[in-house]
Amino acid sequence: MLRIPCPHCGTRDEVEFHWHGDAHVIRPGPEVSDAEWSDYLFNQNNPKGLHYERWCHTFGCGQWFNVARDTVTHEIHAVYRMGESPPDIDQ
Amino acid sequence: MKQPYRIAEGGRIDRSQPLNFVFNGKTYQGYSGDTLASALLANGVRVVNRSFKFHRPRGILSAGVEEPNALLGVDYGRGMLPIVRATLMPLIDGLRAETQGCFPSVNFDFMRVLDYTRPLWPAGFYNKVFKWPSWHVYEWAIRQAAGLGRLPDGTDNARYRHMNAHCDVLIIGTGPAGLAAALKVARAGDDVLVVEQDVEQGGSLLYDSVKIDGQSPDEWRAGAIAELQACDNVRMMLSATVVGYYDHNVLTIHDRSAAYRHENAVETFWRVRAGRVVLATGAIEQPLMFGNNDLPGIMLAGSMHQYASRYAVHCGRRIVGVVNNDLGWHSIVALHDAGVEIAAIIDMRDAVNEQLIDRARQLDIDVHVGAIPICARGSGAVKKLEYRDSSGRDKVVDCDAIAVSGGLNPTVHLYSQAGGKLRYDEELACFRPHECRQQVAIVGAANGEFATADTYNIAPRKRSPAKTNAQWIDFLHDVTASDIELAVRENFLSVEHLKRYTTVGMGVDQGKTSNLNALTLFGELTGRRPGEVGTTTFRPMFMPVTMGAIAGNHLGDFYAPAKLLPAHDWHAARGAVFDDYGGWKRPAYYGDDREECIIRETLLVRESVGLLDASPLGKIEVKGPDAAEFLNRIYVNTVPTLKPGKIRYGLMLDENGVVIDDGVFIRLADEHFLVNTTSGHADRIAAWLEEWHQCEWPDLDLVLSPVTAQWAVLTVAGPKARAVLQSLPGIIDLSTENLPHMSFASGTFDDGSVYRIQRVSFTGEQSYELSVPADRATEFFDRVWQAGEPYGMDLFGAESQMILRLEKGFLHVGADTDGSTNPLDIGFGRIVANKKGDFIGARSLKRAEDQRTDRRQLIGFEITGGEETVFAGAHIVTGNGAGRRSEGFVTSACISPTLGKTIGLGLLEGGQGRKGQTIQLYDDGKVVSAKIVDACFYDPDGERMRG
Amino acid sequence: MKGYSTFSLIRNALGGHRFWKPVWRTPEPKDSYDVVIIGAGGQGLATAYYLARKYGIKNIAVLEKGFIGGGNTGRNTQVTRSNYFWPQSSAFFDHSLKLYETLSLDLNFNVMLSQRGVLNLVHSHHEFEGLRRWANAIRINGVDTDIVTAAEVKEIVPLINMNSRFPVHGGSIQRRGGISRHDAVVWAYARAADAHGVDIIQQCEVMEFAISNGKVTGVETTLGKISANQVSIAVAGHTGVLAGKAGFRVPITSMGLQAMVSEPIKPCLDTMLTSPVIHMYVSQSDRGEIVLGGGADVYTSYAQRGGIPLLEENVAALLELIPAFSRLRLMRQWSGIVDITPDTTPIMGMTPVQNLYISGGWGTGGYKAIPAGGDTMAYTIANDEPHSLITDFGLDRFERGVLIDEGAASGVSH
Ligand SMILES: Cc1cc2nc3c(=O)[nH]c(=O)nc-3n(C[C@H](O)[C@H](O)[C@H](O)COP(=O)(O)OP(=O)(O)OC[C@H]3O[C@@H](n4cnc5c(N)ncnc54)[C@H](O)[C@@H]3O)c2cc1C
Ligand SMILES: [Zn+2]
Repeated sequence: MLRIPCPHCGTRDEVEFHWHGDAHVIRPGPEVSDAEWSDYLFNQNNPKGLHYERWCHTFGCGQWFNVARDTVTHEIHAVYRMGESPPDIDQ
Repeated sequence: MKQPYRIAEGGRIDRSQPLNFVFNGKTYQGYSGDTLASALLANGVRVVNRSFKFHRPRGILSAGVEEPNALLGVDYGRGMLPIVRATLMPLIDGLRAETQGCFPSVNFDFMRVLDYTRPLWPAGFYNKVFKWPSWHVYEWAIRQAAGLGRLPDGTDNARYRHMNAHCDVLIIGTGPAGLAAALKVARAGDDVLVVEQDVEQGGSLLYDSVKIDGQSPDEWRAGAIAELQACDNVRMMLSATVVGYYDHNVLTIHDRSAAYRHENAVETFWRVRAGRVVLATGAIEQPLMFGNNDLPGIMLAGSMHQYASRYAVHCGRRIVGVVNNDLGWHSIVALHDAGVEIAAIIDMRDAVNEQLIDRARQLDIDVHVGAIPICARGSGAVKKLEYRDSSGRDKVVDCDAIAVSGGLNPTVHLYSQAGGKLRYDEELACFRPHECRQQVAIVGAANGEFATADTYNIAPRKRSPAKTNAQWIDFLHDVTASDIELAVRENFLSVEHLKRYTTVGMGVDQGKTSNLNALTLFGELTGRRPGEVGTTTFRPMFMPVTMGAIAGNHLGDFYAPAKLLPAHDWHAARGAVFDDYGGWKRPAYYGDDREECIIRETLLVRESVGLLDASPLGKIEVKGPDAAEFLNRIYVNTVPTLKPGKIRYGLMLDENGVVIDDGVFIRLADEHFLVNTTSGHADRIAAWLEEWHQCEWPDLDLVLSPVTAQWAVLTVAGPKARAVLQSLPGIIDLSTENLPHMSFASGTFDDGSVYRIQRVSFTGEQSYELSVPADRATEFFDRVWQAGEPYGMDLFGAESQMILRLEKGFLHVGADTDGSTNPLDIGFGRIVANKKGDFIGARSLKRAEDQRTDRRQLIGFEITGGEETVFAGAHIVTGNGAGRRSEGFVTSACISPTLGKTIGLGLLEGGQGRKGQTIQLYDDGKVVSAKIVDACFYDPDGERMRG
Repeated sequence: MKGYSTFSLIRNALGGHRFWKPVWRTPEPKDSYDVVIIGAGGQGLATAYYLARKYGIKNIAVLEKGFIGGGNTGRNTQVTRSNYFWPQSSAFFDHSLKLYETLSLDLNFNVMLSQRGVLNLVHSHHEFEGLRRWANAIRINGVDTDIVTAAEVKEIVPLINMNSRFPVHGGSIQRRGGISRHDAVVWAYARAADAHGVDIIQQCEVMEFAISNGKVTGVETTLGKISANQVSIAVAGHTGVLAGKAGFRVPITSMGLQAMVSEPIKPCLDTMLTSPVIHMYVSQSDRGEIVLGGGADVYTSYAQRGGIPLLEENVAALLELIPAFSRLRLMRQWSGIVDITPDTTPIMGMTPVQNLYISGGWGTGGYKAIPAGGDTMAYTIANDEPHSLITDFGLDRFERGVLIDEGAASGVSH
């Protein structure tokens, strides 16, 4: 079971959180092509290894934040607030 | 009652507390402190079970978790529990045990015929045969034969619960290594949890005589436990098995400390978050491979030692020891010391430490070094052992039990579950812990520290040259050495293939006494060292866990707890029949006969006035300078132009352009909105709005506040609705001039309580939604109820509400739309076209696919004349038979109580351009005709709701 | 395929089983192949087999980073059914079920197809409407399904608790649905493909693609470079990883999907039982184990490890429906990496790279699709054009916005 350090509340069990995919996705404007739009809508980074992703502490403070997590070991390398840029992770 | 194999003195049993128990119909006696296994052995019961596949007689092999044979049905007041390990089952007075895998009895089993025809049933035989004419013909028999036990009858009277714990250090196992580790961390002041699966702490200290720090094991053990018990920072658990080791150092414990009771049994499933974990889980002795090595009476030497000194039970009168390592000698000498005759020690090694031999000679034990066990003989139980001595001569020794020691295997299951890697240790001939990313240490025998190299001296594991009789590798799954040979011959070269093909190690013991022998033999046959062969990964559970414990109390009312209306009891008292609507228990209708009630309630609202509890209606407040801009990006509809006090209907889409919710939004003030969502989506939409605000548009200045549960909502609908509500003291003027349709007001009742009132209609009638503080819901239902009495007002439920809205052609998102419906499909094309600015999903609507005119679009239809009707879920079809094709489906339908005919909504390919056409509706083989009409069947101009 | 029969079993029994042949060879990889298929799961092996048997392509390799069937195919819960809502899906999955129905005889290997029915429960009046929509669609699609009343459900599953938190209102059953034996399916295809000359190379991981002028020319593996005219990806949870190496992105998230089994007991559950609301499905294997599973984990993972929350959830769901199992013990839990698409429909066919094909996005339900997946991908590779059964399953559907949302339509997975 993941133990996720919420930047606002401290470490809690994974069941209090929701995962929501890639972090730092830029929402394109309405002028983009179908291909660009569908890339934004559907495609996923889905890396094997380090993943910058968004989580929400749904059953806690309700805040969204970013997590740098390894998708193989599930190790959490960093958590940082929305809007902050991804930290460099030495693996 | 006598216990012929009980030793007169010693042991940790209490002879002053005799306990009676029944095994296979016969009554026996044991003592408090016994396990079921030790009590059976004390009574000389040899055959306790029949094997899974071949129904061979089997006896107790071990004294612990590794037991593959003595898996029995046991009843001590909780029903006949199947597959109970007799070696772990504390003896309880009145306990009944039975063998479940035999017919007619454990001593004579017809299915043994499978054993006599064993060559026909090699590993994987079922892959090769039983194909023609089909597997079904044979499957029934195979299924009947499978299964190690039977489901217990009757209801389960035990209680199950979940518990949580945190600790700095979790110590698993309380043998000498575990206790020493516990003392160390306890003295350092850490918060420690010490878990032991046995009924007492001590592990090998409970039977072994080796001194520690100059003290006897008993003294040392007592001292250690006393010190730990005195520490405030130490918690200790007994009869509790750590079964799972998960990510981030979270572990699960199956706590049976209160399970072994006739009544009020409790089992607990713990989740422990540990800073660090110390595994002191010991090691498991391995059997040896020789012919008929599964005969009852053949047991692990260390287990026999344990039975003798802990339980004061002899496992035989004349025992032969067969060993390949020094520790085996230790056990056998201990058996001798306990008073059993040792017929011989057969050591498979070419050379043995002289001291050991001298000691045996002193004790008058026959020693055969460099000898090899060939085959055990006996029917029912072992009678003799054939072996080959160092000069190659075959010999026989009589005995009634054989103590085998094939060396130890560290108990690394939890380490492996934690993601730890193992490494093969050539010297110790076993897999040892290597490295792990989690915060875990592994100590003592679990780490391969069972002995120093010069006091262990294990010989490589080898199969005996016995040819004629099977050498059993996996007792539980009846896998033999020839099965492994067959797998190799057929080129199953990966360990995983070996496991799956032969089923070795896949039983309920997860191969605790079979994996190592299987891997070693597999390596030998494929010319690889065990380290090159590798192991399979261990998975939770280390020991099978009662499913009730895993579920805890999350059952019944606690399984997905329903949300109850604030005035739930008020409705119940008025005959409400509740149903589930998006997580809420809501009155479906009031009364007995479903159909009748729904019709009555519908007509009531059309003709007079009805009261509905609409409290689950989703309510989210949006407040701040940018509230209007934010909502404008959320809704398909235009938001900023809405005036304070006014209400507008809106649609929400996801980014893919699919309709996900609808409802009205209200401008309470310039910078203050109230968003209504459908009741089932309230939580989801609130979270979704937060997501957009926090992640995409944090620069917009506003706050979101879900207030669904704060307000109870009383919907009063029908031609007399206004009259009813106007009679409430203190309510504002409800006239259409003052509060027209789609407008909002708030106020204070005479008693000072606040209310909000919005004039919206989901029924097509004049309708008001009155919101009052939820904690006073019942009181306000009473008040409105009284106000309605003079007007003949009654209650209506969610079902008649559905009919009322359908007659009016109002959409029900999720029923009339599906995961692909966009706003253009449901007639919102003009609104989309007029919308200025971007909104969620807007871009998707520009795709050619979304603009197609032959998409499934919302239609209304009616069936006129005749008795024909149709239900939601019917399909709109063309053609028939095999050529039948679906063009869409009916999403809502009813026989309209108001209009006296069947009406409905549907999604139909190109539906918007097909008004007037006749369509065919298919349901369950029947087809009826209907006509496409406007999707509003009642009062299309809306005069009634505006009036 | 020949070689396995009652007669051969008896003959070999008399010979001490010394004369059985290897089920497959252990070939050394060649420098070059006509077709390289990545992934020796059910999908990859079936594709290789049909390519060799139906299209006469002899020079084929299947490259597998671990062992044959060690991916999802070897750890799935074996539900086999074809009651799909959308006509394209029904046609495809029913083709698969029909191939399954004769597979044991066709491949001369007993895959133990056990058509004991797949029963879906509904728990309220409104769900019944959804069920009716779904069941009618299936019938119009020409696939068998029956709507059953609550009383009939009780007859089929006597142990069921009708008054659970979500009372049982009825359900639908596809009687041709059921389970089969996963290892047997993989081994049967591997053995048959091998017999047709396909080289199945285990412990050989594909690390990179060789691509020139937008056209794939081979793969870089842990055992060296292998060139190929055509390459097909069939790696389930690793689809995103390999697509990335070939230079394109896919709408796939890789999630853990868990399953668990109880200790084996005598027969007591005759049907495959599933409930979309009480999110759980359960069956009893021929060995007697109660096999259960539920939804996928809720974050991406390539770990193949089980967790606690879903374990507790799935077991609670099971006991809510079948309280009689409370005293059974759970023996083992495990997890696989499933490749989930936004519309829960697979991605099959062509890719942006020429001569590179894909069979992925199988998510929680690609086991039942193994025969049809193999058959149609073989056609696709042999003709460099999607088979008619899979034209709607292409990767291009996302850009066009033409999703086939089976989950949204029926709420049923696996
Ligand atoms: C717990 C669980 C339960 C399930 N239950 C069902 C069910 O009941 N019914 C159903 O229909 N489906 C079910 N599924 C889904 C089903 O198992 C899969 O969809 C199906 O097995 C996919 O087959 P495949 O051949 O595509 O993938 P896999 O069997 O996973 O094979 C892919 C192979 O590719 C290999 N590979 C990956 N990367 C590389 C590389 N770079 N180089 C070489 N080889 C590589 C992998 O090692 C693997 O062997 C379940 C899945 C899980 C995990
Ligand atoms: Zn928080």
